[in-house]
Amino acid sequence: MEDKINRMLEKQPQHWKTQLAVLIGIIALLGWSGSAIEFRGISARGPAMALGILNGLIHPDTEILFSLTVDGVPYLILETLAIAFLGTIIGTIIAAPLAFLTARNVTPKPVHYTMLVVVMLIRTFPSFIYGLMFIRITGPGAFAGVLTMSLSSVGMLTKRNAEVVEDIDRGVLESLGAAGCTGFQKIRYGILPQLYSNFVSNMIYRFDINMKNASVLGLVGAGGIGAPLIFNMNSYRWNAVGSLLIGLVVMVLLFEYISTRIRIKLARGF
Amino acid sequence: MKNAYDVLFPPQTVTLANGHSVTKRASRMPVIFATVLILIFLSLRLTQFNVSILVKRGNQFFVVLAQIFQPDFSYAKYVWVPLFNTIQMSIVGAFAGGVLALPFSVVCSSNINTNKMVINICRLLLSILRTLPTLVLALIATLIFNLGTFAGTVAIAIFNFSMVSKMMYEHIETLDMGAYEAMEALGATRIRAFISAMMPQVMPVYLSTCLYSVETTVRSASVLGYVGAGGIGLVLGERLSLREYYHVGTIIFMLLGAVFVIETVSRYCRKKLS
Repeated sequence: MEDKINRMLEKQPQHWKTQLAVLIGIIALLGWSGSAIEFRGISARGPAMALGILNGLIHPDTEILFSLTVDGVPYLILETLAIAFLGTIIGTIIAAPLAFLTARNVTPKPVHYTMLVVVMLIRTFPSFIYGLMFIRITGPGAFAGVLTMSLSSVGMLTKRNAEVVEDIDRGVLESLGAAGCTGFQKIRYGILPQLYSNFVSNMIYRFDINMKNASVLGLVGAGGIGAPLIFNMNSYRWNAVGSLLIGLVVMVLLFEYISTRIRIKLARGF
Repeated sequence: MKNAYDVLFPPQTVTLANGHSVTKRASRMPVIFATVLILIFLSLRLTQFNVSILVKRGNQFFVVLAQIFQPDFSYAKYVWVPLFNTIQMSIVGAFAGGVLALPFSVVCSSNINTNKMVINICRLLLSILRTLPTLVLALIATLIFNLGTFAGTVAIAIFNFSMVSKMMYEHIETLDMGAYEAMEALGATRIRAFISAMMPQVMPVYLSTCLYSVETTVRSASVLGYVGAGGIGLVLGERLSLREYYHVGTIIFMLLGAVFVIETVSRYCRKKLS
């Protein structure tokens, strides 16, 4: 018995040479990378800062947290949500035709590859560059944020929706055709039901991402909760920072929970 | 299932040719559609959406875009160092985050750890870390540590830690527990059983998650410099504020190249792993 086990053990492929090579490669990569990271020590006010942030989180500024004015957390969250929501809707509307243009099984090859490059280009620009470009058009404010979110949603939504279009099951169309359906009926009952739930699911997923992105767009002056957050951080008002962060975290977690529930429902079918 | 909607809009009963009757629930679409329309309208009001400005001044966008698409590659020599800094920060940050994430994700998975309290606290911590935008983390890091690459690395590490941990504990919970239970029955400790029985199942997914996190990090790390946390964002922010869009174009195209190379390499490695 033991012989048998030992023989099986010897039969196992020996990977140690490749594993060693990979390990050495990783260590070399880390060594090279580590050389660029310069630790300049904890700044003189570092510990005080850390304590200040913690203190701010524990004792948030309740006046801002619950006030219903334009400077209050509820309004800022509402504005951030509105930016993310509109951005998602506009992005979805623009991305829908583009997705069909990108899908391999719908368009000829040259169009498909051109669209892939376009999508990659849109995705590479960091969203705050779009923000700065749109601020030139609209001036600072939430409107610039909406335009930024719309454009930066288009890239990912096009890519994911194109994958959905590529996965369409053609068998359904054939059987509808065999049952005597017209072209319009085929689209209505054969194609749309296959696309609809996945498109909506992608849209909700993108809304989650937009909500997080919209909260940092304030950095370039494009509205939302980000601007007061950074402003308060730079002036070391930790209690205000605490209340804004709490608002942000609660908003994101709440909407993530809701959207996960909706997406599970969509995946299972109503 | 009887809910409020079915009471308000009673389902339709259809009698088939063979005498059976089926009920068709009223469509939810009108209500969903109306809600979305109202939300859109409210959001348009709240964000002061204005199409006329867009039409009037929309060409400004293309002025900038045209300048970005005429990159000035003589500027490239100033970009290489920060670009490589960004990549190096991403690698170290993703590595540190990934190493910390493995034990933490084990603690978070409900099929290994039976203590509900610990799981909930750990998951709450992960959610909070994951929710904070990377830029905010970077800003906090620059305040605690000084300006520079180290602060950016810390921000990347924290972000990656929360992302990899979440993906890993979700994976660990779906694993086959048979081998693990068998080893425990043979008298192995839980840690020993995990290392021998679960690690071979966890490792490939873990490595590919880590590679994936490097991939996404390079993209998101490019903005960290904007708050002074080192890397290519520093140059990018400077050029943007000087409105030298030719140079911005150079930086973006180099970043695009770097992202493309890293994605290709990492995709190749992930294919090998699986």
